[in-house]
Amino acid sequence: MTDLLFAAHDPALLRIWQAANIGIAGAGGLGSNIALSLTRAGIGRLVIADCDIVTLTNLNRQQFFRDQIGMPKVDAIAQNLGRISPNTHLELHYKRIDAGNLDELFGNCDILIEAFDLADQKQMLIETWISLHPDRPVIAVSGVAGYGNNNSLLQYQIGNLYLLGDGHSELIPGISPIAPKVAAIANMQANLCLELLVRIYHEDK
Amino acid sequence: MNTIIVNGNTVDWEDGMTVRSLLQKMNFTFPMLIVKINGTLIRKDEFDHTLIPAGANVAVIHLISGG
Repeated sequence: MTDLLFAAHDPALLRIWQAANIGIAGAGGLGSNIALSLTRAGIGRLVIADCDIVTLTNLNRQQFFRDQIGMPKVDAIAQNLGRISPNTHLELHYKRIDAGNLDELFGNCDILIEAFDLADQKQMLIETWISLHPDRPVIAVSGVAGYGNNNSLLQYQIGNLYLLGDGHSELIPGISPIAPKVAAIANMQANLCLELLVRIYHEDK
Repeated sequence: MNTIIVNGNTVDWEDGMTVRSLLQKMNFTFPMLIVKINGTLIRKDEFDHTLIPAGANVAVIHLISGG
């Protein structure tokens, strides 16, 4: 049964994406944007984990609204996604992600998308996922600060580790990423996720 | 073969070279690094004692906060 929301989707692609189970680790500037795009694309199941609540300063780049301030980000995302599509099943975890619970949270995901803020968390996720599931892709980000210079946004791959971003821009303490660039990189992650799902589907056939 | 490849560049290999000594030699000082040797991930806590074989293909990526 398919919602008319997807009447203008390619049915062969939609079937692949509806069968997918994608993990999003973090629900901030990257994760909130990734979840929207993957839901619009028709991904069948999203597992989203984050331990933060929405604050006003998040709204300069994250896909939340003023009436959601104080809500857990995972609940605010569920509310927003539900206003777009009932077709993506959501598994939400309002908790901190660490090496000890990563597999319990995301172990049944086809692809894990890293959407953390801090580099040490990114490292933990990449190391843990590659050790546990070397055969499954992880899509991570390094370098989201600033604005402009679209040509600096790159995709780098070693094995099943994909890294997006400019690879060098450092955040200035107290200054957040800026909406267009972090949303662009989040959507590069979502775009790559859709591509990998199609590639994996054809390889498995 | 007394060289290795690091991020596509040829680098002299030394007997007993570890991930840690390579990172120091290359001046890779970022605190958060992903290292793969011939496609295999080397965890951060293994940098000190993991030997790099001659002829290895090494990838070093640094991770920057932000997201």
